[in-house]
Amino acid sequence: MAKHVVIVGGGVAGTIIANLLARGLKEELSKAEVVITMISKDDKHVYQPGFLYVLFDKMRPDELVRDQKSLLSPSIIFHHDTVVGIDPKACEVHTEKGKKFKYDYLVVTTGSRPMPELIPGLKEHGNMFYTLESAIELREKLRKFEKGRIAISMGVPHKCPVAPFEVTFMLDDYFNKKGIRDKVEIMYTYPIGRIHSLEPVAQWGVPEFERRGIKYETLFNMEKVEATKDGIVVHSAEGSSVECDLLITIPPHRGAQAIMDSGISNDGWIPTNRHSLKYEGYENVYVAGDTTNLPISKAGSTAHFESDVVADNLIAEIKEGHPARDYDGKVMCFIETGFDKGTYIHFNYTTPPSPMPPSKMIHWLKLGYNRMYWLTARGVL
Amino acid sequence: MADKVIDARVSFCPGPLMELIAAMKSNPVGTTIEILSTDKGSAKDIPEWLKKVGQEFVGVEERDGYWSIVAKKIK
Ligand SMILES: Cc1cc2nc3c(=O)[nH]c(=O)nc-3n(C[C@H](O)[C@H](O)[C@H](O)COP(=O)(O)OP(=O)(O)OC[C@H]3O[C@@H](n4cnc5c(N)ncnc54)[C@H](O)[C@@H]3O)c2cc1C
Repeated sequence: MAKHVVIVGGGVAGTIIANLLARGLKEELSKAEVVITMISKDDKHVYQPGFLYVLFDKMRPDELVRDQKSLLSPSIIFHHDTVVGIDPKACEVHTEKGKKFKYDYLVVTTGSRPMPELIPGLKEHGNMFYTLESAIELREKLRKFEKGRIAISMGVPHKCPVAPFEVTFMLDDYFNKKGIRDKVEIMYTYPIGRIHSLEPVAQWGVPEFERRGIKYETLFNMEKVEATKDGIVVHSAEGSSVECDLLITIPPHRGAQAIMDSGISNDGWIPTNRHSLKYEGYENVYVAGDTTNLPISKAGSTAHFESDVVADNLIAEIKEGHPARDYDGKVMCFIETGFDKGTYIHFNYTTPPSPMPPSKMIHWLKLGYNRMYWLTARGVL
Repeated sequence: MADKVIDARVSFCPGPLMELIAAMKSNPVGTTIEILSTDKGSAKDIPEWLKKVGQEFVGVEERDGYWSIVAKKIK
């Protein structure tokens, strides 16, 4: 009997895992001892870090999109469909098109979703850049923005922990380059007691904010957003409020609806063993990428490092009957500190991050990676 | 003993603070709420948050690998 591996989600993690499995199980696939199926709700694959560059006119939207099938090894069966239910006891998943897929091994990589609708008024009066469409819409607003106050308000949790800093620094550079920075006030709000969730990054950021004249308020949890005749008002759960002419937001995120609807968790994050990356209590279900409940950053690099572990372990389980290695919590993020410099952080479960002084070199490396991402997705890099 | 205990030991930063904010909203005035957190940042953030919103910070205690933070809804 062939072993069926079903991968739900064709983003960073799902695509890397599928391609690594296809390579590692080449023989088993050619003899039809293993069948790998991917089910993904999108037939296009979008490079999300590029949204920031689209926002500031540094990349064109079509550079960020590829056909999902073109990134997958031909031995992988691809279904363009949305999973609506996961039943780990019966070892099956159900889809919107009414299909049922049985599995021996399941890999869930359904990512995370920005949900502005969780905060009244945020969707109507705020602008985000976490989807291609919203980034283009905001780009047009920024082009026309000549003076006034911009508030940058974060909800949590959200993917890409460094994006709040990146968008803020890039915005500062954007208006400096336009020669109108003195007419634009930038106000940043963050939900916890410091300006970034990673403490060393927050410490590094404070003098940088001050040098650039960026104001901030911490312990600011967006509760309601309203439009008044003078602009937009963001009210916090703490009782304070920020008035602005343009509200840029990273809304709070949730995992996939199917995970909530399957009763796995209320917020869509899957209880995941931090070392084995298996769904707690289920030996044949692996989880990778943003949809885990792990206390680490939801980032493409996290998805990538987890995917290497999941693929190695699945290959070892199928070939040898047991997994090969543990995940150590490794994360690495570039941080763009404006239009021409960048830095990076790396950390794991036991070692905290420590940002280096920004340099042009790191910025170029990031620009290079933006083009090379497609090799990562194919499991080459 | 607190009226309500929230075990946020598996949730990542800033999960514990978010859980407390939700509990403050959903419980009546007078409720004491204990939050258990493995995240060191919460032990600092939660008292600061309580001060900002004018709710009572009852105390914090470090236990075996986690923190217990107690708050009271007073308004
Ligand atoms: C503006 C921005 C900038 C970023 N910058 C960086 C950066 O610089 N560095 C970095 O490391 N990360 C960055 N990220 C984060 C990174 O893009 C994500 O963390 C990464 O994509 C997570 O991978 P994933 O595979 O978990 O989810 P995704 O890549 O989001 O993929 C999820 C997949 O699941 C599919 N799916 C969802 N629900 C279902 C369902 N019910 N049924 C079937 N399929 C489903 C989706 O169609 C999608 O294919 C950024 C993100 C944004 C938005």
